[in-house]
Amino acid sequence: MLLRVAWRRAALSVTVAAGPRPAVPNRGLRLRVIDNAPQSAVHCDAAAASEAESGLRPLYMDVQATAPLDPRVLDAMLPYLINYYGNPHSRTHAYGWESEAAVEHARQQVASLIGADPREIIFTSGATESNNIAVKELEAAIQPDTSLVSIMTVNNEIGVKQPIAEIGQICSSRKVYFHTDAAQAVGKIPLDVNDMKIDLMSISGHKIYGPKGVGAIYIRRRPRVRVEPLQSGGGQERGMRSGTVPTPLVVGLGAACEVAQQEMEYDHKRVSQLAERLIQKIMKSLPDVVMNGDPEHHYPGCINLSFAYVEGESLLMALKDVALSSGSACTSASLEPSYVLRAIGADEDLAHSSIRFGIGRFTTEEEVDYTVEKCIQHVKRLREMSPLWEMVQDGIDLKSIKWTQH
Amino acid sequence: MAASSRAQVLDLYRAMLRESKRFSSYNYRTYAVRRIRDAFRENKNVKDPVEIQTLVNKAKRDLEIIRRQVHISQLYSTDRLVIETQERPRT
Repeated sequence: MLLRVAWRRAALSVTVAAGPRPAVPNRGLRLRVIDNAPQSAVHCDAAAASEAESGLRPLYMDVQATAPLDPRVLDAMLPYLINYYGNPHSRTHAYGWESEAAVEHARQQVASLIGADPREIIFTSGATESNNIAVKELEAAIQPDTSLVSIMTVNNEIGVKQPIAEIGQICSSRKVYFHTDAAQAVGKIPLDVNDMKIDLMSISGHKIYGPKGVGAIYIRRRPRVRVEPLQSGGGQERGMRSGTVPTPLVVGLGAACEVAQQEMEYDHKRVSQLAERLIQKIMKSLPDVVMNGDPEHHYPGCINLSFAYVEGESLLMALKDVALSSGSACTSASLEPSYVLRAIGADEDLAHSSIRFGIGRFTTEEEVDYTVEKCIQHVKRLREMSPLWEMVQDGIDLKSIKWTQH
Repeated sequence: MAASSRAQVLDLYRAMLRESKRFSSYNYRTYAVRRIRDAFRENKNVKDPVEIQTLVNKAKRDLEIIRRQVHISQLYSTDRLVIETQERPRT
C-alpha cells in the first residue's frame, strides 16, 4: 500500500510536467476508450490524474430524466450478475431456486412500498410497458360501459401532484378502472393502492435509483382487474408477461423500493429544503421568473421555471456545466414547447423559456448553489443581449406591439 | 454477547465515516457522509439495548456495503465534477 502511494505520487509529479493543455475547451465529456482490462488498472491511475485536470463533468440536475443507481441497489444486484446467474423459472436445481427466491423477495419489496399484495405485482421492462398493458386492458374490456381513467401521480415536467385519492374514490363509485403512472411518485410520496383505490399502477426502476430496463405493473386482485398480456410466450408472471424474468434487474428494483421506503421521509425533507433554497435564491435575484405548476400540490424535487425574455434552449446551452432539461426527455428532440405547459395555460413565449431543475437524493447544497449562481449569471447576460428585454426596460408593453408581417 | 457499548458505537461511526470519504464519486461520497451523520445523530438518545443492537447490526451490514461499493467506485472512477476541489479523495 505504501509502495502504491509512493508510485502514485511519482506518477502525478511526472504527468504534471507533461506538455501544454489542449487549447480547445471541452465540456468534460470526451470519447474515450474504456479499457477495463485488469492490468491497466495501474496505468489508469496516471492517465486519470492528468485527464482529471483537463476535463470536468457537469453537475447532474436532471433526475426526472433518470436517476443514478443507489450504491445499496448495485450491491444487491451484483451477486446475481456474478455467481447467482440461474434462470428463476428453472425448477430442477439450486441455481433456479435461489434465483426464484430472489425474484419473489424483490416482489415483496415492491408490494410493501405501495401497500399491495406480492401476487398483484408483475415485473415488466419499465413503466412504458406497464402503461401499455394497462391501456390495452381497456380494449379487452367486455362490458360496453367499462372504461379506464389513467392519470400520472406526479407530473414529470412540472412536478404537480394529482389528487389521486379523490380520483380513486370517484372511479370506484362509478365502477371505472383507475390506472396511475406512478413512475415519478413511487418511493417519493406515500402511496397506498388500497387507501387511494388504485386498480392499476405503473412503476419504473430507474426513476427511484434502481436499474434501467425494469419496472412493474400493479394489478388489483380484489376486485379482480383483468388484463390482456402484451407479449405471449412461456406464460411467466402468471401469464401476464411472458419472458424470463431478469433476476439481477428485478433484485435491483426490489432493493430500490426497500431503500425508498426507508429513506422516504428523510429524502422528502431534504429535497424540500433544497428546492426552497433554489427557488428563493433565484426569485430574489431575478425579476420575471414564473414557477410552472400549482405550488401547493407539488412534488418539491421537480421545479419548472420560466425565465421571461430568455430562450430556454439558449439558457440550457449556456449552463453547460449543469445537466438540465427544458421538459420531458421523451420529447426533448422536438423544438415544440411542452404540451404540459401549454395545457396549464402558460403563455407561448414563457413556454419556450422554461427549464426543469431536478433535485434528488444525492443532490447537495453546493450543487444547488452553483446551479443558482450560474443560472442567475446567464439569465442576466442573455437578457442584456435581448432586444425584447430592452424594450421592456424602456417601459414598452410587448403585448401592445403590432409586429409587421414579412 | 454483551450489548454494544458507547465506545463500540463511536468506533463504528468513525469507521463508517472514514470509509465513506473514500468514495470516488462526489455524489455518493457526500450522501454517505451526510446520511451516516444524520442517522447516528437521530438515534443518539435510543436507550433500549435490544433496539441499539438492531441498529448496530444494521450499521455493520451497511459498513460492509460501503466498503464494497467504495472499492468498485474507485475501479470505475471517472473525471471529477466541476465543483470538486483540487484534492482527490485519498486511497
